Amino acid sequence: MERLTFDLATTSLRELNTFLHTDAKAGKVEAVTVVNPDGAHNIAVGLDCPINVEVIGHAGYYAGGMNKSATITITGSAGTGVGENMMSGTVHVKGFASNGAGASAQGGLLVIEGDAGLRCGISLKGGNIVVGGSVGSFSAFMAQAGTMVICGDAGDALGDSLYEAVLYVKGSVKSLGADAQFEPMTDADIATVAGLLDKAGLDHDPKAFKRIASQRSLYHWNADANQEY
Amino acid sequence: MCGIVGLLVKTPALRERLGELMVPMLIGMTERGPDSAGLAVFGQPLPEGERKLSLYSGLTEDGADFNWLGLSHELKSHLGVNTQVEAKGNHAVLRFGLAPEVVKRWIKEHYPKLHILSTGRSIDLYKDIGTPAEVAARYGFSGLKGSHLVGHTRMATESAVTPDRAHPFTAGEDFCLVHNGSLSNPNGIRRMLEPRGIRFETDNDTEAACRFLEWRLREGDDLETALQRGFEELDGFYTFLMGTPDKLALIRDPFACKPAVVAETDDYVAIASEFRSLAHLPGVKHAHVFEPAPEEMYVWNA
Repeated sequence: MERLTFDLATTSLRELNTFLHTDAKAGKVEAVTVVNPDGAHNIAVGLDCPINVEVIGHAGYYAGGMNKSATITITGSAGTGVGENMMSGTVHVKGFASNGAGASAQGGLLVIEGDAGLRCGISLKGGNIVVGGSVGSFSAFMAQAGTMVICGDAGDALGDSLYEAVLYVKGSVKSLGADAQFEPMTDADIATVAGLLDKAGLDHDPKAFKRIASQRSLYHWNADANQEY
Repeated sequence: MCGIVGLLVKTPALRERLGELMVPMLIGMTERGPDSAGLAVFGQPLPEGERKLSLYSGLTEDGADFNWLGLSHELKSHLGVNTQVEAKGNHAVLRFGLAPEVVKRWIKEHYPKLHILSTGRSIDLYKDIGTPAEVAARYGFSGLKGSHLVGHTRMATESAVTPDRAHPFTAGEDFCLVHNGSLSNPNGIRRMLEPRGIRFETDNDTEAACRFLEWRLREGDDLETALQRGFEELDGFYTFLMGTPDKLALIRDPFACKPAVVAETDDYVAIASEFRSLAHLPGVKHAHVFEPAPEEMYVWNA
């Protein structure tokens, strides 16, 4: 397998991303290693081919954003908006992730082994997110489709204004957002959690998770609610 | 958008290299704040009865040609006070053994355009308009020594781009604050503080936060209590980094709207808006890197 290394201390980010968008897409290599990312923004964004990218160190904002088909691994932490709006493929963060991780992801799998910041999975549109640690407040806000598996705790207002995305939390939930509710775990739920934990390479008992989904009471305008939800 | 940096060295030998380690941190935040930059550095305090002022002459007619020695002579003849002046262009640190209010009142009366950047026994403060690299070179930031510092790169949103509206802001003695974000109730804070005799120098929202917290400290709150009051009274988006003679303190608003990341080793604690300002630090690859949580207090002792 041919592997190419880009050192961002000596190579520009544009050179790396251009390579990933053109030569890599043309199948010239199977894997790329990025060293000295040093918090640069937009590393490996907009990929559109089944390549392996390993980023050794800490990535800045929007790493792996809009990913399609690629498998991107970040050995350190990731800044705001990692895996934002990804379509498919995998983005795997070994460290922690900042705010807005996996925002509006339409498909694919985002794995964060450490904690995720606030608004993780905000407006999720079909992607799957597995967080090994805890998530900050307002996570899964207005999440429309897809699944989040949270192995640690969740902050305030988890799943506020949730649509059809389903959340699974192992730890404690500081508070649920409007219209989110705990529901019983079915065998199908346990199988879903087990499958995602397996894909993420995380070892937890899927039966220990709680299911959170929408009450659907906000789906239709209720004139009698008097603006109280 | 703005950039925040802070550095506190634990290893005494690194005090000699404080400025040199910090300059790439400040320059790393240029994209977040290209219009002004500044920093406050804390060092060994002066003896009890002495004070120092950091002064900026860029707003006077003479600008960088300001006659600093002349100022020193005038202070001698009018107030009978001996002053030591360390001047570089439009900036000077004035050191003397007199109540600082007396000297400051005289300066404001006779040189109203001479901007008093800071007052205290430990703090030296520099700020000006220009890119972080330009400001760092202008004042020789790489040669600064001390135990800890607080720096800022500004992209103005709430008030004009002028040297006095750059950060850090100071209030009282040996206290400074830098801010990334925007407050929604700075005028309410002003209206609350002004009847208590607290004077404002600019229309900048950050100044309100700085004067509020310094007021609480002066009223007897310890730093943690003052910060708790800050969470209750200051509304808006903020990451604040504050410096006192023996502490660096960091807080973020409950929504964590503005970023911060910390890298800690046995030798130092380094804080920045983004990791790219920490990447060059020695041993950072093995540092404990973490993101401070919203509405939590982080206080490090020098």
